[in-house]
Amino acid sequence: MKKARVILLLIIVFTIPFMNGYGVQRFPKPDFETGYVQPETLQPSARSEILAVMDVVVLALALALVSWLVIKKRSRTGVFWASVFSLAYFGFYRQGCVCSIGAIQNVTLALFEQSYVIPLAVLAFFILPLVFTLFFGRTFCAGVCPFGAMQDLVAFRPQKTDPRLNAILGVIPYIYLGLAVLYAATGTDFIICRYDPFVGIFRFNATFGMFVFAGTLLISGIFIARPYCRYLCPYGVLLNWVSRVSWRHITITPTECIQCRLCEESCPYDAIDMPVTDGNPEERLVTTRKLILICLLVPFFAILGGWTGSRLHETLAGDSPKVRLAKTLADPVKSRHQPETFEITAYKSSGKPLAQVYDDARSVLRQFYFGGWILGCFIGLVFGIILAGRLLTRYRTDYTPNRGACYSCARCVDYCPVEKNGLVKMES
Amino acid sequence: MAAGVILPAAAAGCLIIVCCRKPENSGRREPEQKKQKPKMEETGKDPKLNRREFLAKGLRVSALVGIGGLAVLTVKKSLAGETVWQLDPSKCIQCGRCATNCVLAHSAVRCTHVYAMCGYCDLCGGYFKPGTKTLNTAAENQLCPTNAIKRKFVEDPFFQYSIDEPLCIGCGKCVKGCGAFGNGSLQLQVRHSICVHCNQCSIARSCPADAFSRVPAGKPYLLKQITLENPK
Repeated sequence: MKKARVILLLIIVFTIPFMNGYGVQRFPKPDFETGYVQPETLQPSARSEILAVMDVVVLALALALVSWLVIKKRSRTGVFWASVFSLAYFGFYRQGCVCSIGAIQNVTLALFEQSYVIPLAVLAFFILPLVFTLFFGRTFCAGVCPFGAMQDLVAFRPQKTDPRLNAILGVIPYIYLGLAVLYAATGTDFIICRYDPFVGIFRFNATFGMFVFAGTLLISGIFIARPYCRYLCPYGVLLNWVSRVSWRHITITPTECIQCRLCEESCPYDAIDMPVTDGNPEERLVTTRKLILICLLVPFFAILGGWTGSRLHETLAGDSPKVRLAKTLADPVKSRHQPETFEITAYKSSGKPLAQVYDDARSVLRQFYFGGWILGCFIGLVFGIILAGRLLTRYRTDYTPNRGACYSCARCVDYCPVEKNGLVKMES
Repeated sequence: MAAGVILPAAAAGCLIIVCCRKPENSGRREPEQKKQKPKMEETGKDPKLNRREFLAKGLRVSALVGIGGLAVLTVKKSLAGETVWQLDPSKCIQCGRCATNCVLAHSAVRCTHVYAMCGYCDLCGGYFKPGTKTLNTAAENQLCPTNAIKRKFVEDPFFQYSIDEPLCIGCGKCVKGCGAFGNGSLQLQVRHSICVHCNQCSIARSCPADAFSRVPAGKPYLLKQITLENPK
């Protein structure tokens, strides 16, 4: 009998660790004699999924509406009111989450991590604006994106910015996009959400740092229109690429440009390409030389960037919790004088072998090594191409919106006299 | 793995688009033609115009195919419904970061009482500070910093403990006490009536035990349940 009891005890003792996820009933539940009714454990359900469907429907409708306002109606007033609505709905009502900018990371994670499933609504938030941009230009930026809408509404006194400065600052979104994809692909973090300046404003609960960041963006946005869109937004990079080959795009003038120069100062985002006609055309030799230089320069920058990125992979991986844990465990001398961190407590209670912690960290580091190469190459390539773009001269006769940079806000349309003088009607 | 290949390939494709376009523009001496013009003139006359249009069309179609491909790849792995954040109490070490790291000033993580697991103890490890001499509801005896646990006499010697959710800050002190000395019926959970559903949960980012994960919205709680039969 005693033996049996010992065996039973041993079985219980050895099975308990394997019953992870289950409670240990040290004290049995009493049998109440007074007719006590045990209360229910309340589990309020998650928000209704109809809301998510509604978000997608509103997004699609808003995109369609703004595209129609921009392309067909050519109405700045319409776009303005659409952006007020989007700011109210996607911004303050839906509190800016999920947004298309952040959805980049969900899509990346879905592509790279087997266990992650992406909700359809999030996927729709990523895909829909891209598709609409492919057909109508960046109408999403014009009046649907709450971030864009917010900055657009505060752009009271936009100033011209130096094109060279624009080109340099314009590299930041590419770096941001590259980093966001790298961190999402390795499953480390969602940096776009982490450093999202406006979501704290939409929720009225920004941390001090983020409040200062958002405040700086909005106040500087009075003079430098849409600073986040132009110098930070990683989704804008994708929209820029897609918009360059869009099927339709906003035009300043409905018919022929009469070269009146009235729209020259109208764009707060410096997205109108001026005519380049005068001056002697370049010698063929000069152009050829430039092209050869570009062909050498771009791969050079790409390789240099890739090499730098791979050198930096340990720094980049420093944010990964797996790497951090392995580092702390590998350096007991340093951690001995400090109280045990929660990470180490959690590691000890998880019963994970040390070798596995190191293996995990090593595989993360390996991912970051390759990721660093790709990220660096990408940034180098972008840098090279932007530099190349500045070397080349492009000739055009008319004032045209730059398809990549134009947010389709339709401000320039109001400046064009062709429409107002009824020339459109005459011609058609 | 296919995804791992296609994304860089798509990125490279986009880069090629950008690369190709710039030299293409630069090579042209002629001023850029407007989009409307080809409709008015005979487009057949200028071969360069056709090439430009052809290129733009080709790129547009390839971009559409790229976006479509990306959608198809991810749709296979997508979930019709939403996902929500939840923490797994079996991994939780009650570090207290849930209370401080939520984007909400008053964290969406609160203590949840699984009554079915509770032993209704007089000396509750989750209610009383260790070393409490008199088992009464005096403030100095309580482990909870906000007095969010309500102790109610049921019958001798049993007491019911319930959580006053609006008062709970999700610090996990009671969870630790109950787990250490009792049945573990007090558990931290993300309360979905409060949670604002961030894309990336900021508590998950700082959780030392990796206890947070995305769970389907249809089954949004990960409460521990009892398995051992009541040995009676």
